Amino acid sequence: MIVQLFAGAREVVGAASIHLNLSAGATVADLRHALIHDHPELSPLLARSRIAVNQEFADDSAVVPDGAEVALIPPVSGG
Amino acid sequence: MIRLTREPIDSAAMLDAVRDPLCGAVVLFLGTVRELTGAVRTVHLEYDAYAPMAEKKLHEVAALAGERWPVRRVAIVHRLGKLDVGDIAVAVAVSTPHRAEAFAAAEFIMDTVKELVPIWKQENAPDGPAEWVHGTTPP
Repeated sequence: MIVQLFAGAREVVGAASIHLNLSAGATVADLRHALIHDHPELSPLLARSRIAVNQEFADDSAVVPDGAEVALIPPVSGG
Repeated sequence: MIRLTREPIDSAAMLDAVRDPLCGAVVLFLGTVRELTGAVRTVHLEYDAYAPMAEKKLHEVAALAGERWPVRRVAIVHRLGKLDVGDIAVAVAVSTPHRAEAFAAAEFIMDTVKELVPIWKQENAPDGPAEWVHGTTPP
């Protein structure tokens, strides 16, 4: 699964996206754990970030569908 | 007219786009790049977005405003890329039959854009490092 990164998250990791191995039926909470496991440097920002699945904000209990478009959304600062 | 752009925002065109014969009120809000935030001086800002989701959310924000007030037309344009002090970063134009609802709808749209739309700014001070702003929005 590919997770798109933006702004500070992209800067911390040094990449625009990262690849995660998630098993079928994994939830957003599982995805967060996998992100921290593979990229502990993301931990402080991830705690304040939302996860978007198919361009909608997803709760931690939501299952991530196979082939979903996933993005890490740090606190936004538009306007 | 609801979109992201990398070109300067044409606020006059947005005003024209929302004029409506059934409306007695048009409100235009411009968010412009401010030189001072507290004591910190900004020389320029860089805006980035998760563009497809941001455009989708901008449309949702307009729809939410339409559920609360009798909004006839809405224009929301947010600029991306490098902006200098004084440039327009975001513009909102709304038309409604009466003025109170036009002011309220424009304020709601701006508040909601700043909460829901995946756009980020990076502040570039004269000497310090460039910093992405992830200040206030709760998870």
